[in-house]
Amino acid sequence: MDLSILIEKSVLVVILFSVSLAVAAYSTYAERKIAAFLQDRYGPDRAGPWGLLQPLADGGKMFFKEEIIPNASDKFLFILGPCIFMTTALMTSAAIPWGKSLHLFGRDISLQVANLNIGILYIFAIVSIGVYGIMIGGWASNNKFALLGAIRASSQMISYELAMGMAIIALLLTSNSLSIRDIVDQQAGFHWNVFYQPLGFIIFLVCAFAECNRTPFDLPETETELVGGYHTEYSSMKLGLYLFAEYTNMFISSAVISCLYFGGYHFPFIDSLNLPQNVAAIISVFVLFAKVCFFIFFFMWIRWTLPRFRYDQLMRLGWQMLLPLAIVNVLITGAWLTYFK
Amino acid sequence: MQSLTNRSKIVQKRDLTFMEKLYLPAILGGMVITIKHLFRKKVTNKYPDTVREFTPVYRGVHVLKRDEQGRENCTACGLCAVTCPAEAITMTAAERKPGEENLYREEKYAAVYEINMLRCIFCGLCEDACPKDAIYLTDRLIDAKYHRSNFIYGKDKLVEKTDERVDVSKRKKVYTLS
Repeated sequence: MDLSILIEKSVLVVILFSVSLAVAAYSTYAERKIAAFLQDRYGPDRAGPWGLLQPLADGGKMFFKEEIIPNASDKFLFILGPCIFMTTALMTSAAIPWGKSLHLFGRDISLQVANLNIGILYIFAIVSIGVYGIMIGGWASNNKFALLGAIRASSQMISYELAMGMAIIALLLTSNSLSIRDIVDQQAGFHWNVFYQPLGFIIFLVCAFAECNRTPFDLPETETELVGGYHTEYSSMKLGLYLFAEYTNMFISSAVISCLYFGGYHFPFIDSLNLPQNVAAIISVFVLFAKVCFFIFFFMWIRWTLPRFRYDQLMRLGWQMLLPLAIVNVLITGAWLTYFK
Repeated sequence: MQSLTNRSKIVQKRDLTFMEKLYLPAILGGMVITIKHLFRKKVTNKYPDTVREFTPVYRGVHVLKRDEQGRENCTACGLCAVTCPAEAITMTAAERKPGEENLYREEKYAAVYEINMLRCIFCGLCEDACPKDAIYLTDRLIDAKYHRSNFIYGKDKLVEKTDERVDVSKRKKVYTLS
């Protein structure tokens, strides 16, 4: 293999890795700040200016907490759970195109680790493995609350993945491609998919909330009824990994939503400016990040607006509302493509 | 049943309309409400940095006043201890020695004066009982401490410092003979 490609991709992977972790860390800070602001409070403001060092303090605290592995637990699986969850959360970022290609050292450098022609399927596959992290963790804890949380998580994920897949199928019918870069490039200008697939977008968004275990679908960890849900028995950095991976998931799903429905790194009128390639590439990265930040904010905004679903309501919404709606959406899209195009 | 007031309303349970069943308009409405809170004035008081406003008659930690020449007003008459409903005040009286006229205003003074802040109910009766203008409640707060013994305030904490006078003019009651 070409050595320069190896170096280029390694550098990109390292950058992506650190950016994902940094965004996840500051999402915890943003979550607390936004929660506070939406409730007329200030939030953390003691560590550093405006409390900006709070994530470091939290992380440090997590590291120095006592590590407890329950005697009755399955030790191997107990450790494996958070590892799987974190790994899968970080792996999904590989298929997302983070910007237009840069032109450095006489060659084009694509700001995407792997331009998979089945990018969407890859992300779906990895996200599906992610549920094993929760499942194994809850099961290995040998704790009833943890087990209940894990069961809820797995059934919720499976139910909502169906509707999510159906919403995506309608999108794929219009885009004719499974590669995320292709889908993003088709939305250049202001042809964002959200205008062509509004119903699909809403279904996808609701399912994304369920996949990320965010309120109003945070039943796997309902602290009011299940103590801590699937991570009841976890402590120290293993708990940290679980919480952290959740924010990473949120970051990635925000990126996927922006790529699939909101034009990814494209912004209207930016192509007409005829900027130099590198400047345009850097701007495109910032555009995508702005969209991602908005969606992370949106996740948090919803969290402090809606109360939690009851479990039967959750299942009813998934199977009786979203799935049929998604199928209808596929049918409408198919009919439209057949008769009007 | 006959209603006692004219405020009662007849409530009927009706099925939701299609728009209401969608929930999306209601969710959007809720989101508008939450986003409005983002720009509201915060109600939090950052306590150690900013102290909240106290009413002029707030009853906080006591002060044992000195007069203009810096002499302690208290004569250890014990009326405050007698009137205290929580029995929080104790004192030991002593006689002023020659040469201590710049320390104590009258011939008798309190050698030990202790208020147990865990017993005190901050009713302000000691202030009313004091004939010598010596004890007042102020707008200061009690610091949090780890040990109970730290809440027994002696003269070191109660007597006002000569260089740090405590303003009690708002709490001074003016009685007139009618």
